[in-house]
Amino acid sequence: MTASTVKTQRQPIVPLLPMPLLSTPEAAFAARQRQRDQSSHPELWNLLDAVKDPEVPVLSLWDLGVLCDVQQDAQAKVSVTLTPTYSGCPALETMQADVAAQLQQAGFEHYEIHIRLAPAWTTDALSPNGRRQLQAYGIAPPLQDSCALAAALTPEAGIECPHCHSDNTRRISEFGSTACKALFQCLDCAEPFDYFKQL
Amino acid sequence: MDNREAHVADSQAETLRAATVSYAVRLGDDALVLGHRLSEWCSRGPFLEEDLALQNVALDYLGRARMYYSYAAELEGQGRTEDDFAYRRDARQFSNLLIHELPRGDFAFTMVRQLLVDVFNTLWLEQMQRSADQTLAGVAAKGIKETRYHLRRSHEWALRLGDGTPESQQRMQQAVADLWGYTHEMFEMDTLEQSLVAAGIAVDPRPLRAPWLQQVTSILTQATLSVPQDGWAVRGGRSGYHTENLGHLLMELQSVHRAYPGVSW
Ligand SMILES: [Zn+2]
Repeated sequence: MTASTVKTQRQPIVPLLPMPLLSTPEAAFAARQRQRDQSSHPELWNLLDAVKDPEVPVLSLWDLGVLCDVQQDAQAKVSVTLTPTYSGCPALETMQADVAAQLQQAGFEHYEIHIRLAPAWTTDALSPNGRRQLQAYGIAPPLQDSCALAAALTPEAGIECPHCHSDNTRRISEFGSTACKALFQCLDCAEPFDYFKQL
Repeated sequence: MDNREAHVADSQAETLRAATVSYAVRLGDDALVLGHRLSEWCSRGPFLEEDLALQNVALDYLGRARMYYSYAAELEGQGRTEDDFAYRRDARQFSNLLIHELPRGDFAFTMVRQLLVDVFNTLWLEQMQRSADQTLAGVAAKGIKETRYHLRRSHEWALRLGDGTPESQQRMQQAVADLWGYTHEMFEMDTLEQSLVAAGIAVDPRPLRAPWLQQVTSILTQATLSVPQDGWAVRGGRSGYHTENLGHLLMELQSVHRAYPGVSW
């Protein structure tokens, strides 16, 4: 069981929205891992592991799922592909600059950074390590629930508190300090906490 | 193909490309103008969490505007940037739907507008994901996921305020009445959009009216609000005919760029 398992989950009552069928989170991450493992430039992926999400600095861009691809062509030019989390994610430009700085620091002079919109980023792309890092940082990781209705929305209660691990918690607001987080409060330890919401 | 046929094919592709540029600008204008209206609530929300939520939603729209404008600039290939579209055009050159530019009003007005637009967007973006244009499809695929969150919130607010106090109910009902005549424009299209629908790039909005009305009616009824009769309709945004409000909005949005052209920091 993952740390984010929710025992008292309620079905949200919004029957209006047609939902696409979702692949399982495990499958989504496994596909990314496979791509990385099959890359002929593992050292470039490893190099970029040092680039962190500016808003959650314990998460690398890889762990967050924003780093889609790294290639190097015959002329030694590096191509990095990133995808934004939310449409208006203000961190994307910082991420690009940080990737560029990391490449320059490692001596790469020729590189390109591409932004790819499709397929859209999903919290299913988070690595298992990233989920653990979030939890340790005090942010509850997104639910991994393949139930299509629950998938896109945040429950009103029951997200496990990252501080005391109680699931006696309540949602305060579905829109938190950044677009990717919702605000919760733990009713046992009384601490407020962020929940990295499922997208 | 002989030369003449090739020439005709080229000019058709060119026409379609130019139409796609205009369409992307329209969608960018919709997103920028509504995003700006939402951003006006910053520090004025009824409480802190709601203030943050409004800015989260504003940021989603701003992000979409940037993606649409950047794509229009790229496709046009004349060296313009997203900033040229946002900051260097006058109201007459903006092509957003009028509903997006109306002043933010009170909180009831803002939430009713979001509800009407969110229901439309869930239907419209759902189909836009299958656009033959890969970029527009990609923007829609991101947008639909955000919009489901937006709708849940505007839906909840509609219930809370509609089925709330006599004053909140009255304000919500007034907002529905004031906005209703601006909703019709969402379901219309001109020849430019028709050509893009034929090419599989744009979505025909006309068939979306029935499911939209059904969902909106269901939510409003649940919120103890009545659905207005279709009596009046205002239109013209897509052709650049705006209410006086857009000029005021742009004056603020563009003021820095107008005062210091090309400034950066
Ligand atoms: Zn706790």
